[in-house]
Amino acid sequence: MQASDTDFRPPPAGHIGQPLERVEDAALLRGAGRYADDVACREGTLHCAFLRSPHPHARLLEVDAREALALPGVHAVLTGEDVLRWSSPFVVGVKQPMEHWCLAVDRVRYVGEPLALVVADSRYVAEDALELIRVRYETLPHVVSIGDAIAAGAPVLHGKVGSNIVAERSFRYGEPEAAFAAAAHRIGIDISYPRNSCTPVECGVVVAEYAEQDGSYDVLSNFMGPFSLHAVMALALGVPGTRLRHRSPRDSGGSFGVKQSLFPYIVAVCLAARKARAPVKWTEDRLEHLAAATSATARQTRLEAAVAADGRITALDYDQIDECGAYLRAPEPATLYRMHGALTGAYAIANLAVRNRSVLTNKTPTGLVRGFGGPQVYFALERLMQRIAAELGMDLPELYRRNFVRTFPYRAAAGALYDSGDYAAAMSLACAQGGWEELRTRRQKARAEGRLYGIGCAAVVEPSISNMGYVSTALTAAERARAGPKSGAIATATVGVDPLGAVSVIAASTPAGQGHATVLAQIVAETLGLAPDDITVNLELDTQKDAWTVASGNYSSRFAGAVAGAAFLAAGRIRARIAGCAARELGAPQAELVFANGRIFPRGEPQRALSFRRVAGVFHWSPAQLRAGETPALRETAFWSPESLAAPDDGDRINPSAAYGFVFDLCAVEVDRDTGRVRIDRYVSAHDAGRLLNPMLAEGQIRGGFAQGLGAALYEEFAYSTDGAFLAGTLVDYLVPTACETPDPVILHMESPSPLTPLGAKGIGEGNNMSTPAAIANAVADALGVRDVTLPLTPQRVLELLGEAEPPPPAGLRQPHPAAGTNVLAAEGSVTIAASPEAVFAALTDPQSLARIIPGCSGLQGIAPDRYRAEVVLGVGPVKARYTAEIALSALQPPHVLCLEGRGESMLGAAHGKGTVRLEAAGAGTRLSYDYRTEVTGKIAAVGSRMLEGAARGVIAGIFDRLAVLLQAPAPERAPWWRRWTGRTGGGA
Amino acid sequence: MKRYVAGEKHAVAFTLNGRERQGWCEPRMLLSDFLRQQLGATGTHVGCEHGVCGACTVLINDEPARACLTLAVQAEGARVDTVEGLHDGAGGLNDLQQAFRRHHALQCGFCTSGILMSCEAFLRHTPCPDEKQVREMLSGHLCRCTGYAGIVKAILEVAASRREASHA
Amino acid sequence: MDGADGGWCVKPPVFDYLRVDTVDEAVELLAKYGEDARVLAGGQSLLPMLNMRLAQPRVLIDITRCAGLDRISAGGALEVGAAVTQAALERRGTLQAESPLLARALPHISHFQVRSRGTVCGSIAHAEPSAELPLVLAALNGSVSLRSRKGRRELGAGAFFTGMLATARRADELVEAVRFPLAGQGERQGFSEFSLRHGDFAVVALAASVTPARIRLAVGGVDDRPRVVEWPRLSGSALDDGLNELAWSLDARNDPHASARQRRQLVRRLGRELIGVLCA
Repeated sequence: MQASDTDFRPPPAGHIGQPLERVEDAALLRGAGRYADDVACREGTLHCAFLRSPHPHARLLEVDAREALALPGVHAVLTGEDVLRWSSPFVVGVKQPMEHWCLAVDRVRYVGEPLALVVADSRYVAEDALELIRVRYETLPHVVSIGDAIAAGAPVLHGKVGSNIVAERSFRYGEPEAAFAAAAHRIGIDISYPRNSCTPVECGVVVAEYAEQDGSYDVLSNFMGPFSLHAVMALALGVPGTRLRHRSPRDSGGSFGVKQSLFPYIVAVCLAARKARAPVKWTEDRLEHLAAATSATARQTRLEAAVAADGRITALDYDQIDECGAYLRAPEPATLYRMHGALTGAYAIANLAVRNRSVLTNKTPTGLVRGFGGPQVYFALERLMQRIAAELGMDLPELYRRNFVRTFPYRAAAGALYDSGDYAAAMSLACAQGGWEELRTRRQKARAEGRLYGIGCAAVVEPSISNMGYVSTALTAAERARAGPKSGAIATATVGVDPLGAVSVIAASTPAGQGHATVLAQIVAETLGLAPDDITVNLELDTQKDAWTVASGNYSSRFAGAVAGAAFLAAGRIRARIAGCAARELGAPQAELVFANGRIFPRGEPQRALSFRRVAGVFHWSPAQLRAGETPALRETAFWSPESLAAPDDGDRINPSAAYGFVFDLCAVEVDRDTGRVRIDRYVSAHDAGRLLNPMLAEGQIRGGFAQGLGAALYEEFAYSTDGAFLAGTLVDYLVPTACETPDPVILHMESPSPLTPLGAKGIGEGNNMSTPAAIANAVADALGVRDVTLPLTPQRVLELLGEAEPPPPAGLRQPHPAAGTNVLAAEGSVTIAASPEAVFAALTDPQSLARIIPGCSGLQGIAPDRYRAEVVLGVGPVKARYTAEIALSALQPPHVLCLEGRGESMLGAAHGKGTVRLEAAGAGTRLSYDYRTEVTGKIAAVGSRMLEGAARGVIAGIFDRLAVLLQAPAPERAPWWRRWTGRTGGGA
Repeated sequence: MKRYVAGEKHAVAFTLNGRERQGWCEPRMLLSDFLRQQLGATGTHVGCEHGVCGACTVLINDEPARACLTLAVQAEGARVDTVEGLHDGAGGLNDLQQAFRRHHALQCGFCTSGILMSCEAFLRHTPCPDEKQVREMLSGHLCRCTGYAGIVKAILEVAASRREASHA
Repeated sequence: MDGADGGWCVKPPVFDYLRVDTVDEAVELLAKYGEDARVLAGGQSLLPMLNMRLAQPRVLIDITRCAGLDRISAGGALEVGAAVTQAALERRGTLQAESPLLARALPHISHFQVRSRGTVCGSIAHAEPSAELPLVLAALNGSVSLRSRKGRRELGAGAFFTGMLATARRADELVEAVRFPLAGQGERQGFSEFSLRHGDFAVVALAASVTPARIRLAVGGVDDRPRVVEWPRLSGSALDDGLNELAWSLDARNDPHASARQRRQLVRRLGRELIGVLCA
């Protein structure tokens, strides 16, 4: 950092800190945004669609694209063979022989994994062609939970790794064992954080072109960094970084970290362009986004605290297991390490033990999702704080007060350097202005009336500006030494003045709606004495032309602290150079010059002013007039990296972020005992993010983060069935809060400027993603009086936690189905058939009659004894799919028992059903009872999970109804209990 | 009866923001794609293509419609209005657009076009909405950036000012 | 195993689109294409299925410009034509008096932006087990008017709904109109719904009509179609017992968002509240 960079501090009454309306809005409100999908493509650009696995785990035996290629309008099909020929697996931060390619090459490892890509004239035709690709799979056993993945004998996803645990490290800071031994209390919590995502409304877009003349790739996409991943892509494509040109469009429809996960798709589309010899465009659709883009990392934590009699916490012991999906994809295992240096949270705790494991499962790979690593840690830590208060019978604010860090800067046990703050004051602000006492009175009154009312808190140290070296904490010191140290968080911005004195700003910040252009205009305008409207900001980033480096991009809340700071430094240099020129012309000391309203004058002598435009023009029009040695023209690029961000030291201490803000949240909820619905009565969020550059935008970040935190707390989950099927493939299944579910939080501010960033600003974008799930969960746990809660706290979960006994069915009615867990598609039932068990058994085992009773079956073709191949059309109502199926009979015990199994694949996914059929003589006929379990994976499970159980029951019941009809029985008397019921009461149905 | 044969391109014409426009498409082409790809009207955004997110909401004969749940051929001869048609009469932002800016009712702006179009229809049918009605209308749109607070404020403010203007 | 897998599509497959001007044309086409044709009115249920390629009809028959199908008339019943949107019915000035239940239920259907296109008959023809309009039709013991080349037939709601997304409509028939009986003198109607978010499909929806002589209660979202019971004026523990018996008698579904048990609880609790209000 140059000394002159820090000499200049802007006057207090400038544009910085004002709630300036956004310069971005005028275009966006007119529909004149330039999002990736809006940018015009070159004539001849083709479109593509991905073929994705319906199976959680299968060997790929054959991918036959001949029929697809024969379809008019189809230009190419990219498969694993091309990928093996033209690219390399992605590099990742841990040393493991795990291969991750941009398309599956020999195995698929999660539902939705891309395995082929069709290039066609339009997306419509490309989708037509997907239906014509024939794939032969051999399904393999799968693992979906952390417990299953680490169990002895678990199916292993990557044979060469030999285990699903792909990274493991243990850490120790201070004297944790001694602290635990000496503590009056040992209080722990076992807790899990689910998979979810912030799902931007705009999905991914990639346009790629291959240049045969030099083997280079030119890409336009809404990938937003970190640009360290540019290196990962270039290495996968086998080109120098300069031959992977990446351009970012002006506007992005939201990212929240999520668009980091585009990078494997960028490589795939590059290869498709190479194969098709034409530019290729891919617009990710919502179904593939939800199923296969990315997810926040699920985590299982055992956290224990050593607590003194007075409530002071003297040590923490974490055992964390991250569930990273089918591949460890860069920057994972970073979710475990972003918070590593700050695992002691807002508390002065000197002793810490940590065990970290990253495990793989047959699910979509995880990655950046706003809050990254924070929600996982704080959900455990802040739930534990509530438990400690409860077990000690201590007032929660008092517990916080006794444990908060008090003096700054503060070096946390594992290495984080908290730069500034006053945590106790922020809590007092929240409690005083948020009405802590009033809420307690309200709770008391509600409880007296038998209502369920609870209060929760969360205290969160909010990191910003990530240290590029923190991920290397996953390696041992020796491994790090071999790999070479990594550190820093370089930010870049360029300020230029053109020959007519117009000012432009360029920065490598790839914004996604946060208002970067507005803030940069404010900063540069203030520095140069201009109006924000005078500043033109262009944040389209071109890696072949613009200044950027590995830390560039839109993540880790790095804009306000780092990028805005770099722009401030660049503008300061421009100002200094212009001031030097003006000082000579005015014969006044440079330090005495005032820049205001587009003019430059010695302090107190505005009548002597020179115009900014004229002085700046000298640098372009008449360099000979400049001081000897002065650079002609006016353009300055500042690179800034926080000095506090070093590589991890030999004791594994790491300062993972440059700045640390603080959030204290208060939440009061009421739970409806009848429905399980959680209503937020009040939410208060107090923030200290250092100096606020634009308070309106800062509040926008808080409200947005709060809404997403609310979603994570109460609504959102990427649910999988135990069969490995993904169940949240539409926005009807993945529940994002709407305006009706999102209350308006009370927002409070403090400003403790950071001494370590150029403008004193810190990040503010992720705090509520970290604090809100914990605060709401604490409030719900308090309302219900339960120890453990699971996110999201859906009405169903809340009712389970309430645990009220269900009134039993009245005599004569039995429970229609066994108490199956959600997601398990089990069906059982019975029919009475007017034929002997022998006749029924014969019908079930005869291929001709079997073909007639299987709905939509056109005929069975024998492939082995009691094994048949068939084309079967299954579905409900208008939803139908043609399955290529195998049907097998087994365990035959004529005429009493047989096992009937079907397995098939269709355009809508894969289905497997297996069940036992029992026949008993009943009067002159037969009572047939069946018991089925079905598994459905792929698209139909992802988009139709709401209907699956009903549909499966209908299909299976249909088989036996048809059997009864076939045997010319009277209408089958299945046992739908409602019929007896309605018959008794005379009501129609 | 009019027949549009599968796989063939047919002329489709309608009035877009007051101007007659025509393009060619297969019967299966969605109105959202037709607007963006055939007519270059990229202000209407596509977010889910199953009718939930609301980003593609346009007005067809003055009533809101998901362009992703409408075939282009269904709009033949209709009046279609999109965000590009909103202005104050002199090329500037209209009162609703200005209120969105003032209340920081947009961040990434991707959902905004659809919300603005919904609001125009909503305020015509419900000139005196309360906050609950505004939120219920907005529940047909997903915004991931703002937490909706600024949007609600902007709509309530414009409803009030339009009422005042109509009484004056 | 081998087989075509298909992608996670969002663009419709190919089909012929036929825009008819008369109902006669529509039923001619239905007679010709049968199962291969789907009727397109508002498209709010059909288009998502087409976009995801869950349904692949060869022919779409757009009936929205047929003369006469956009009419609502009130004789002995409120008759709603096949092209009438949910919004048009919702905005009918006399609806509250004619059918308080419809007036209460309509705002629960999806969203403002969907009701403006979605039709009343389309929702009933789709027979989604959690949808509001099939439930209201069943609760009011309304009927569906089916038209084919061979003529018309009228089916009561109980006979019309046959299962999940399944009805007694034959492939050559058009749902030409539906009829909701008008509220009688002294009849009180009410609606109650629990959904996860505003506008979502109901986890449980209840529609009730109470007269001095009886309680009629319809339940949606639980079984594969709306289910209806009729009771004398029960109250107190008899009502609780009735609701419990009703809850257990339904073939309640589990899905990732709501369990069968939760649905039974909602039937009991929401039912108690709704009937309590209507009988007060």
